[in-house]
Amino acid sequence: MENSPNLKKLILKDNRKRNLELFWLCVPALLVLLIFNYLPMGGIVLAFKNFKPLKGVFGSDWVGFKNFEFFISSLQFWKVTRNTLLYNAMFIVLTPMLAVSFAILLSEMNKGTYVKIYQTIFFLPYFLSWVIVSIMLYAFLKTENGFINTILISAGMDPVKWYIRADLWPYIIVFMGLWKSVGYNTVIYYAGLMGIDPALYEAASIDGASRFQRIFRITIPMLTPIIVILMILGVGKIFFADFGLFYTLPMQNGLLLPTTDVINYYTYRILIEVHDIGMGSAIGLFQSVLGLILVLTSTWLAKKIGSGNNSVL
Amino acid sequence: MVDNSNKEVIWNFFAHFILIVFAVICIIPMVITISVSLSNELDLARNGYSLFPRIFDLSAYRYIFKAPNALLNAYGVTIFITIIGTILGVLCMSLISYPLSRSDFKWRGIIGFVVLFTMLFNGGLVPTYIMITKYLKLRNNIFVMILPIIVNAWNIFLLVTYMKEIPASIVESAKIDGAREIVIYSRIILPLSKPALATIALLLSLRFWNEWYTALLYITDQSLLPLQFWMQRVMRNMQFLLMNQDMMGGDAISVNDLPSESVKMAMAVLAAGPMMLVFPFFQKYFAKGLKIGGVKG
Repeated sequence: MENSPNLKKLILKDNRKRNLELFWLCVPALLVLLIFNYLPMGGIVLAFKNFKPLKGVFGSDWVGFKNFEFFISSLQFWKVTRNTLLYNAMFIVLTPMLAVSFAILLSEMNKGTYVKIYQTIFFLPYFLSWVIVSIMLYAFLKTENGFINTILISAGMDPVKWYIRADLWPYIIVFMGLWKSVGYNTVIYYAGLMGIDPALYEAASIDGASRFQRIFRITIPMLTPIIVILMILGVGKIFFADFGLFYTLPMQNGLLLPTTDVINYYTYRILIEVHDIGMGSAIGLFQSVLGLILVLTSTWLAKKIGSGNNSVL
Repeated sequence: MVDNSNKEVIWNFFAHFILIVFAVICIIPMVITISVSLSNELDLARNGYSLFPRIFDLSAYRYIFKAPNALLNAYGVTIFITIIGTILGVLCMSLISYPLSRSDFKWRGIIGFVVLFTMLFNGGLVPTYIMITKYLKLRNNIFVMILPIIVNAWNIFLLVTYMKEIPASIVESAKIDGAREIVIYSRIILPLSKPALATIALLLSLRFWNEWYTALLYITDQSLLPLQFWMQRVMRNMQFLLMNQDMMGGDAISVNDLPSESVKMAMAVLAAGPMMLVFPFFQKYFAKGLKIGGVKG
């Protein structure tokens, strides 16, 4: 007993040493994050400056909120913001609805082999880059000889000029966005379903619960935390459009811009074509700040409403 | 009882029906792309695209491989960034995930927050662009397509969730044996996290294989174009191929019956194919590796 203070000291020393060792393991990843995620955050000051390459980031003159005013008063502002928000809202709502439904159907299958085959097929679209998807879509929508128009003609209907009809593109974009991501999300939810304690289902079946009672009383409540996490992350990204989706599928066709232009594509053009560094930075800050506010609000709401422990890390 | 099993049959039919419809929607675009790539160009022009090639014809592939240098170079770039990027990424992210999964790590909270925050907030395209081109001088450097992507919060999050489920007693007993943390990480944690590591490796290699966005921003050097971006450029301008043909002095195909449609599809097949072949090897880990916290078993 007399050397117990010594032992304690030894354990403390060991703990401190281990803590430091653990910290060193974090260093490589932290360095990457520092350079590629945190340093650019410093560039946010550009949003308040009139950037002149010769003067550099910190030497350029301050202009206050001028860049934001330019963005908000520009003709594009409402269009790109509206498009971005509407598309993302559709994705945030429809993706979990479809993916959870498919995951539940998969989990109610009693043959494992089918599940594997379905999972593999559902996952395939996620494997393709938007560049490839845009080529595939082109095979479908091409005005002459495209797959859909070939069918329309053989059914005695008029072919549709898909690549000049801006009014049709909201449907095409939503469909393709879902097409690429629902399968991946289905696998995520299915993985979550596999983690549910089978005893819950056994108890339910002993109590004579029907299939639908099982789904709505056990499965969906157990999945809610995952749905909430993914939706909150989606809400945080609601001002960020998937650049590849909107850049490649309409093939940078000006005629389609009224319904396919989004904030990220607009920022890209501001940067690459107009070289307006100040306004480009202002748009980025606008997206990030609003996104952050929305994440914090929705996390707070989710906690308030109840499901409680949604702590992400 | 009879009624019950009837219900079961109807349910099964219904479930399979919906899943099959979705599966078909997932797979049809790929079938058509492959079919067109194997079709005869003239037949396509006359009768339109179809689900299966009416006249089987390999000339699109033959055409591409006639002057394969640019394609092979793009493959080389993509394979390089995929392999190096995936290795570096899995290494960095598994290294940081282990401490974050240890509840007795004192700085877990703050470091976890530093990681999480990158998911919630970012500098945006323009400041990142200025940083990379003006200060890091990474334009036209192959590593610009690797380094910014190797660490991401979402994958760390998947890894941490998985590692948390490794019983603490295993780590404890290694500590009592006096093992250093790096040894615990490499000898115990890594082997036990195989499904999660395989999942991350697949997701990462997918990112790298499909990389074209950073190339669009930072790469202008022809010899550094990755596959997808190279393809995107070729698509935008089939003229490029014609020019290539001129330079090669090819006279076998005149401009008129250049198999442009089938060539496009053949290129899509060539660009997507290799990843599709890799997938089955990772698949068995997926249901385990893609687990997110929240559901308690």
